[in-house]
Amino acid sequence: MNAFWIILTGSLVATCCSLLGCYLILRRMAMVGDAISHAVLPGIVIAFMLTGSRDTIPMLIGAGLLGVLTTFLIEFFHRFARVQADAAIGVTFTWLFAIGIILISVFAGQVDLDQDCVLYGEIAYVPLDLIITEGGLSMGPRTVWTLAVVTGLIGIFIWVGYKELFLTTFDPAFAAAIGISTTLWYYLLMGAVSLTTVASFESVGAILVVAFLVAPPATAYLLTDNFKTMLGISVAVGIASSILGYYLAVWMDGSIAGAIATVTGIAFMLAFLFSPSRGILMRQKRVQAVGH
Amino acid sequence: MQDFLEFFSFADANIRYVTLGSVLLAASSAVVGCFTLLRKRALVGDAVAHAVLPGVCLAFILSGTKNPLILLIGAFVTGWLSLVVIDYITSRSRIKEDTAIGLVLSVFFGIGILLLTSIQQSGNAAQSGLDKFLFGNAASLIGEDLIIFSVVAVLLLVSVIFFYKELTLLCFDQAYARTIGFPVRGLELLLTTLTVFAVVVGIQAVGVVLMAAMLITPAAAARFWTENLKVMLVLAALMGAFSGVAGAFVSYTAPSMPTGPWIVLIVSMIAILSFALAPGRGWIARILRRRRNKTRILEENLLKLLYQLGELRQDYGNARSIEELLERRNIPKKEALSGLQKLKRQGYLKKEDKRWLLTTEGEKRGRRVVRLHRLWELYLTQYVNLASDHVHEDAETIEHIITPELEQKLLEELNYPDLDPHHARIP
Repeated sequence: MNAFWIILTGSLVATCCSLLGCYLILRRMAMVGDAISHAVLPGIVIAFMLTGSRDTIPMLIGAGLLGVLTTFLIEFFHRFARVQADAAIGVTFTWLFAIGIILISVFAGQVDLDQDCVLYGEIAYVPLDLIITEGGLSMGPRTVWTLAVVTGLIGIFIWVGYKELFLTTFDPAFAAAIGISTTLWYYLLMGAVSLTTVASFESVGAILVVAFLVAPPATAYLLTDNFKTMLGISVAVGIASSILGYYLAVWMDGSIAGAIATVTGIAFMLAFLFSPSRGILMRQKRVQAVGH
Repeated sequence: MQDFLEFFSFADANIRYVTLGSVLLAASSAVVGCFTLLRKRALVGDAVAHAVLPGVCLAFILSGTKNPLILLIGAFVTGWLSLVVIDYITSRSRIKEDTAIGLVLSVFFGIGILLLTSIQQSGNAAQSGLDKFLFGNAASLIGEDLIIFSVVAVLLLVSVIFFYKELTLLCFDQAYARTIGFPVRGLELLLTTLTVFAVVVGIQAVGVVLMAAMLITPAAAARFWTENLKVMLVLAALMGAFSGVAGAFVSYTAPSMPTGPWIVLIVSMIAILSFALAPGRGWIARILRRRRNKTRILEENLLKLLYQLGELRQDYGNARSIEELLERRNIPKKEALSGLQKLKRQGYLKKEDKRWLLTTEGEKRGRRVVRLHRLWELYLTQYVNLASDHVHEDAETIEHIITPELEQKLLEELNYPDLDPHHARIP
């Protein structure tokens, strides 16, 4: 049963991240996702200090605000202070992460948080924190419920805003011309990324969030030219990686998040080499075929 | 104060090690960071920092010891490999660089975490301390570390000084470097190697996530104070060194404080202040400059307007009401009034019962703007072959910019003309 809950948790995170990641990599903003996933740390610590508990809602709010603040700061440094784009990302997230670690040390006695938990989470603990009804009936792990709600929200967001997100990603000028606010959808997308990061942080950690945001969409990007297909493949790759990653971790007796990230990397490598349309090896074969 | 004196007397060997280590690390990675920043590849440092972990673990698994040199070699190999993979993915597929960086970063780090946890679970007692590579621990620097730090720092600085010209060319004009026969690929490899060196060493002090800041932040801050690369390198090194000392000092006075994050926090504050306050490129300086330009354009437009009205009616000595002015040119009334007031204070205008009159100075300045406008129109029609009805807009902008030297050149070039393309006299 534990295996089921862990794989389900991984798959839910994979679904949210892989969907959002498709937009991020097409907007060349993969590293913004990386930045957000690290920069939410001070938000989590502050929420923890204010409420004194690990309740989900205050943490979601605290970290969500920090996520949007990160995006805003990156934009601000880049647009108003004209800091080079990549430097703006680098400066912002390391600064916020440093603040987060310092806050943890200041309140070391009171905060039950540490950095490795932020970096690679502990998905293996997910099945331990169960919701038990008054009748004593187990409703399944708390994290799974949180993630299910977040996945639902992300799904609705993409379904409702599909046209707007699509246009602002591929043709911002046209989107603006027909009256879609690119700024609004930019911040909505970033808000969704923050929400996902925060909801997944406790269970899978920043590193798997980044892996899911980048690797499955990049894999799908090498396999298709159709955006809807890309979304589908991306989610499928994410879920398959969760399942295989879990068993890899069991086999090696190591971190599940690390193992899942490894498998997403392998998936990308396979697509990179063997994609029928764009794989390195297939391309060589095609060239030969044409040569004959 | 007591703490301050105690700290800066450096009597305690531990203080010496931590401070010196932090300074060496921060300064040398800042110097290397300048080049990666200028090549617009600031974030590769982040990828290398994450990619170091699997190398450390593999080196431990293969050698079975925690010999720092062997671990460093392992770290170096995977760090270097990560950059090669990023380059390979971006050049051989349609994956963009940011995606490739994020991909390599998370996958390499995931492999590292998998190996690390696997080692920890294996019950091998020798493994404890491997996670120093994960979070860094500057406060525990010892003499042995310091020797490695110094060697690497000197190596980095010497290579940068020795290959200064080549690296500069690589950052600013790769195509030219290739044309004159520089081994561009070799130089790229050199810069990659330097970056990996800086990361591999620095990571033990500040940890995986914050290592990126040691490369990027001082360089980004220094960039705001100068246009000269040499000055930028020195500034970045100084900023790095200062935050190294300050971070060590903070963790000395409050022993529960981690050194690495404080170094990063301090250098980030320096950077953010630089973004805001640096003269020339800074945010505030730019706002002020924009406002100054706007006022100047408004003033010159008002003077031009008064001059043109005088020219039209051949009565420069008569005063005009604000309505007369705004009839000819659409300026928001409030702005126009405040501009007129300011011009009066500067002695370009006089006010006679709510009407405005040019002083001699004002007439001179107004005439100059009109002259520049018409000269430019003439220049565009004669030399760029634009139709005479297309040149007005352009001249509206350039009339505020042309310097006296350019004006002289235009006059000579156009052979001291009398009439502009619209047959108005050039004053």
